Amino acid sequence: MSIPVYILKRVLQAIPLLFIISVMSFTMLKLAPIDQLAYLRANPAISAEAIRAEEERLGLNKPAVVQYFIWLSNLLRGDLGVSTMGGSVFVLLMQRAGATLLLSVLTILFTWLIALPAGVIAAVHRGMWVDKFFGIITTIGMSMPTFLMALLLLMVALWTRALPIGGLTSPDFYERNLLGQIIDVAHHLVIPVTVLTFIGLAGIQRQVRANLLDVLRAEYVRTARAKGLPEDKVIYKHALRNAINPLITLFGFEFASLLSGAALTEMVLAYPGLGRLTLEGVLTKDMNLVMAALMLGAVMLILGNLLADVLLKLVDPRISLE
Amino acid sequence: MIQEAPGFTIPTARPRARKTPWQRLWRDPLARLGLVVLALFYLAAGLADPIAPYSMYFNDPDVANAPPTQVHWHDAQARPTWPFIYPIERRFDPMTFRQTYHEKTDRAYPIKLFVKGEDYRIFGILPGNIHLFGVDSPARLFLLGSDINGRDNFSRLFFGAQKSLTIGFLGLFIAFPIGIVYGGVSGFLGGIVDNIMMRVAEAVMSIPSFYLLIGLAAILPPGMSSSERFALITVILSLIGWAGLARVIRGMVLSIREEEFVVAARAAGLPEFINIVKHVIPQTASFVIVAATLQVPSFILSESGLSFIGLGIQQPDASWGNMLKAALDNVNDLLNQPWLIAPGILIFITILCFNTVGDVLRDVLDPKSQGLA
Repeated sequence: MSIPVYILKRVLQAIPLLFIISVMSFTMLKLAPIDQLAYLRANPAISAEAIRAEEERLGLNKPAVVQYFIWLSNLLRGDLGVSTMGGSVFVLLMQRAGATLLLSVLTILFTWLIALPAGVIAAVHRGMWVDKFFGIITTIGMSMPTFLMALLLLMVALWTRALPIGGLTSPDFYERNLLGQIIDVAHHLVIPVTVLTFIGLAGIQRQVRANLLDVLRAEYVRTARAKGLPEDKVIYKHALRNAINPLITLFGFEFASLLSGAALTEMVLAYPGLGRLTLEGVLTKDMNLVMAALMLGAVMLILGNLLADVLLKLVDPRISLE
Repeated sequence: MIQEAPGFTIPTARPRARKTPWQRLWRDPLARLGLVVLALFYLAAGLADPIAPYSMYFNDPDVANAPPTQVHWHDAQARPTWPFIYPIERRFDPMTFRQTYHEKTDRAYPIKLFVKGEDYRIFGILPGNIHLFGVDSPARLFLLGSDINGRDNFSRLFFGAQKSLTIGFLGLFIAFPIGIVYGGVSGFLGGIVDNIMMRVAEAVMSIPSFYLLIGLAAILPPGMSSSERFALITVILSLIGWAGLARVIRGMVLSIREEEFVVAARAAGLPEFINIVKHVIPQTASFVIVAATLQVPSFILSESGLSFIGLGIQQPDASWGNMLKAALDNVNDLLNQPWLIAPGILIFITILCFNTVGDVLRDVLDPKSQGLA
């Protein structure tokens, strides 16, 4: 099966899955005994007509099943509904998606740039101090809650006064020139990227190490050594390339799980990303927004997995796409 | 909890007496340390009432946001003495708008052991009023400072542990039966039913877990009693945890039911359902035990994350997550109040211990390493 056909097949398979997810999410949110307009009703300055108009606008005065299909047909037309904060949910999501994407891409980049060599070094020097050192680091990373890590780094930032605490831009952002703006954003990204990289590092470094150790036991590695190849060629040319496959699957998964992991970090660091937007939506009972965020998260997860499978095929021709 | 592991038996012939998995787990120094720390934590949570100097709801508004009480080990002449404290009073600086606390050194209050204090009931049954240590009123012994309502952070850590530490296990008791039964049934029935059941499980897994978590937490109506809320948070955590397990169990059922001993039982006329329950499901035990050990910390993490953002356990009840929220609320002044991080450190230590034990347990129960150790 060629790659485009395979992608098409997977996308078609994803449609019923997304349908199930949307029904589940919608049912879940409609079970909520909460009134989206409670804060409007509580305000005596707002007339009953205005509230009814708002109900009409948000489609709240119809049965839940009808509401679902209105939501679905709007979705198919690219309309995600309106937020209770006012404004289109789509615009809100797009405003924040860029920031989250920036954070995710940088995090993945740094995670892999560090995890790959660290895993290789640990595997090659198995049982020695460098392996144990990384072992301790990854054990801490696996057990550290993101919000605690973010708080600890904030304390460091407060202490050194070298890093901004929270946000993505400084107040004078728009008065700077382009280079100044880039430096400003990079400066603000240090803490969030460090938090998420440290947390993400652990799993991948361990996986690299374990895979490489498995491969180093293989017969073709022994053959390569026996014919007198230098050790670094054995490792980088023969072993590592074969150890990389299971990692690509992880790569796709990581992309989506970053969305979840980043939410709390964004909250602590006041980072204007999707996770914080969703949290705010949940806290303000903004159902259209939460629904859209749930769907977007699911789409990202499915896309991440698809990306990983396609990458796997590109890297390893032995794998057949069935 | 983990102590049940010895019940697990290895279905292979044994040439010589081998150590039980429990003994091998205990022999590992890191796992032993983890188990001891966890045992201490659970003990402290269970005996929170007699150990903690104050109850969860005790508050003294006059000493809100106080720093940790200074314990004096030397008297005025710098001679070592029985530890004592001074009561504190609040001063307000109208220029900087900062409140500070100062000791009133006119009267010392020695720290007393086994003092009479607030009444309590251990586990809601055993009545008592003796606290391990404390000081006489009106002095307050706030070892980790007080929160915004003047409640003792140190005591509340113990009561928070009751919620944070039990929720992981309670979630397990709901999620794992669901996962095992769902996966077992799906693998047993096969065909179209299996297909549909697995699509549903995949759908649950395809929603990023934290979004699903906060979505579910958001639908909890306000104004529930704290125990209702606790129960529902547990249910929510389990609703997220079962799907991954169900998929693995289903895969294992599909492969184990083709094993020779299962085929033999089938050939001998054992009905397929009984065969699955008696022969296939028990084979998944070692995987389930390890998965359970590693699932508990993730439940604990989820609960503290939820409480941290205000969707989990609510004030005035304590949980490590909602206590850590004080650190977030005072983030700009965190350097001056580093003790606010304490609940987070406890969450970290707990998860670290569970992960360490789980890792070692996986090696111990791994069939591939059975012959090696």
